Amino acid sequence: MATVRRVLQFLRQPRVVNGIGLSLVALVGIWLAVNLVKEPANFVNVGLDGLTRGSVYALIALGYTLVYGILQLINFAHGDVFALSGLVAYTVLITIFGLDSGSSGLAIAGGIVVGLAITMPLFAIINGSIERVAYRPLRHAPRLAPLITAVGMSFIVSNVSLALYGVQTRSASDLISNAPMFEIGEVVYSWKKFVALAIVVPVLIALTWFVRTTRQGKAMRAVAQDPEASAMMGVNVNRTISVTFFLAGSLAAGAGMVFLLEYTMRYDTGFELGLIAFTAAVVGGIGNLAGAVLGGVLIGLIQSFNEGLTWFAAGSDWTRSIVFGILIAILVFRPQGLLGEQTPEGA
Amino acid sequence: MTTAADRARTWVSGRDRSLWVAAGLIVLAVLYPSLVESLQDLPLIGDFVPSVSGMVVMLAFTTMAIGLNVVVGYAGLLDLGYVAFYAAGAYTAGWFASQQFDQWTFHFGSVGIVKSLPGIHLSVWLVLLIAGLFTLVVGILIGLPTLRLRGDYLAIVTLGFGEIVPQFVRNADEEGIGFDLTHGAFGIAPIDSLGFGSLGERLGLPESFQTSTDRAKWFYLTAVLILLITVFCSVRLRDSRLGRAWIAIREDETAAAAMGVPLMRTKTWSYAIGAFFGGVAGAFYSSFRSGAFPADFYFNISVFLLCMVILGGMGSVWGVILGGMLLAYLNVEGLSTIGAKIQDAGLDFDPTKYQFGIYGLIIVAMMLFRPTGLIPERRHAIELEEGVHDTPFYDVTTEATLTDRDPSDD
Repeated sequence: MATVRRVLQFLRQPRVVNGIGLSLVALVGIWLAVNLVKEPANFVNVGLDGLTRGSVYALIALGYTLVYGILQLINFAHGDVFALSGLVAYTVLITIFGLDSGSSGLAIAGGIVVGLAITMPLFAIINGSIERVAYRPLRHAPRLAPLITAVGMSFIVSNVSLALYGVQTRSASDLISNAPMFEIGEVVYSWKKFVALAIVVPVLIALTWFVRTTRQGKAMRAVAQDPEASAMMGVNVNRTISVTFFLAGSLAAGAGMVFLLEYTMRYDTGFELGLIAFTAAVVGGIGNLAGAVLGGVLIGLIQSFNEGLTWFAAGSDWTRSIVFGILIAILVFRPQGLLGEQTPEGA
Repeated sequence: MTTAADRARTWVSGRDRSLWVAAGLIVLAVLYPSLVESLQDLPLIGDFVPSVSGMVVMLAFTTMAIGLNVVVGYAGLLDLGYVAFYAAGAYTAGWFASQQFDQWTFHFGSVGIVKSLPGIHLSVWLVLLIAGLFTLVVGILIGLPTLRLRGDYLAIVTLGFGEIVPQFVRNADEEGIGFDLTHGAFGIAPIDSLGFGSLGERLGLPESFQTSTDRAKWFYLTAVLILLITVFCSVRLRDSRLGRAWIAIREDETAAAAMGVPLMRTKTWSYAIGAFFGGVAGAFYSSFRSGAFPADFYFNISVFLLCMVILGGMGSVWGVILGGMLLAYLNVEGLSTIGAKIQDAGLDFDPTKYQFGIYGLIIVAMMLFRPTGLIPERRHAIELEEGVHDTPFYDVTTEATLTDRDPSDD
């Protein structure tokens, strides 16, 4: 028993913890370097794929991080809102607009823009109503209460998707051609990857502008720092929280559209994507917007490298384990995340 | 001399009523298999009476819910990955009581199978205990790195483990890790049955439940026994020094630490003990189903168990039994019976398809309207009725000063 205790005490020293953490990172670095040397072209292709994937994760992760920053609540329902938004986008693009792979490029681009103009406000309102109905009454309850409610809401939203769309998968991935936009040697950058970034990057810029410069954005940052003090300064806290949920909902709708164009989705896609995106938010430092984007891209890269590389890669069977292993490792070794500040929650 | 007798007498009188209620329930539970047929013949409600084998499943899940209640209800640690313990228990049963490791042949107290059957075959009674202990170790291993975290971070890490363990068992075969530990996506089957062996046969007890004519009844009685032991341990633990430390941590972690409660050790124990019950119930259930399949272990089960605890009342053992039996009933037979009734009435709606949406609704509705659950824990109820005596130092509304405070309020 005494030996066990001594070993545990040794392991708790910051020096030792940091050492273990850094050597883990070094191992990953070596693994990547060997793969790069063995198959450079494949490595870059897989990396580009990871960047595309990561940009979607970043959008969803921002929704988690915005809400967490302001309410300290993990909004479990967020992933399911994302999945529902993607399915609704399918209805808009395919069923209502009747787009297919034969449609002209202009029609498809216009369809996507109009589709976003429909789903983003719609899901802003849906996400805001979830907050109004399920979380606001629990504002002063013990902290576990809204968290448990969020888990319940997550199941309700995913069952709404199930009721509306059944268990079939939906995809609009044939709308955008997989033809190369440009090629350098064996490295191929396709139009499809470009479209994902073409949607994600403007949304990120708009979000940054909103949070940095507008009055409401400043109010959000103030409430995130200290709700009571900002209430005393005349900030309408409840309205600010609602706005945050609106923002998160429209980000989820943006991500839903991109995901629908790139991959396939069904009613339970949101569960797994939500967990991955939450991990991304934690990796970057939850509550930190730049951190969520960084975390999203990192997780996207790790997933693609794991599934696409050939030398000692575990493959897609283990993706979930790896993502959650990273989550646990981050929480053990650096609870504040890569860009976050030390919080009382960790350690 | 009299003190012991007195103490015994006050003990009895203090708990007289609840003891009688409990005894009555136990008698009813034991008689259930012989009553069930006449109950099912009743008009109107007869269709809704669960079968004996349905009851076995309900009892196994209720046992897990009581284990989860130790973690969530007593110690206030939100565990969203309890399914990991269920899986650990089920696979322990697979390792020690099936043909999974057919490179060895080892029998110890196995019943109902020929002694030459390859694989490790321990007596399943023993396996239940081993499963509990193994899961307890798993609980400690999961707990040690994560229990430093508070609240929602802990929830998400347990959720992570709850996802990793099922994926691990799905992949841990020859192809995945180079050694066939869990037989991959096929799962381990058949798992040996409980039974009393040749010794029991002489006493008129079945040699093996699986081959006995009253299979469901014997598994049912075992499930009742396991549930009773779990409830007893759970209640005694709650009132022990450790249990009071859990409740202190739940109410206020900082204050508990200041009063000298060792946080890490106390939390790890709650994890370990919660895991133990989950492991025993998991092993029992896999013996009943005679298999452990990776498709059974997914996040929804964790939420399902959590829902039982919340519906019944976090921390309240009787509440969790009620909540567990109700929800497990809906899961096993209730929803499909109700669905059949609805379809008979001409509506095309299948509630089993939306069962998790229904559980989600229950969770949200309970948290919003009755957060203490169906049968609130006594402590919670008292707090709600009488308040928690936190008189402010300066009460500006009545212009009272420090010296005017009623000492009984402190």
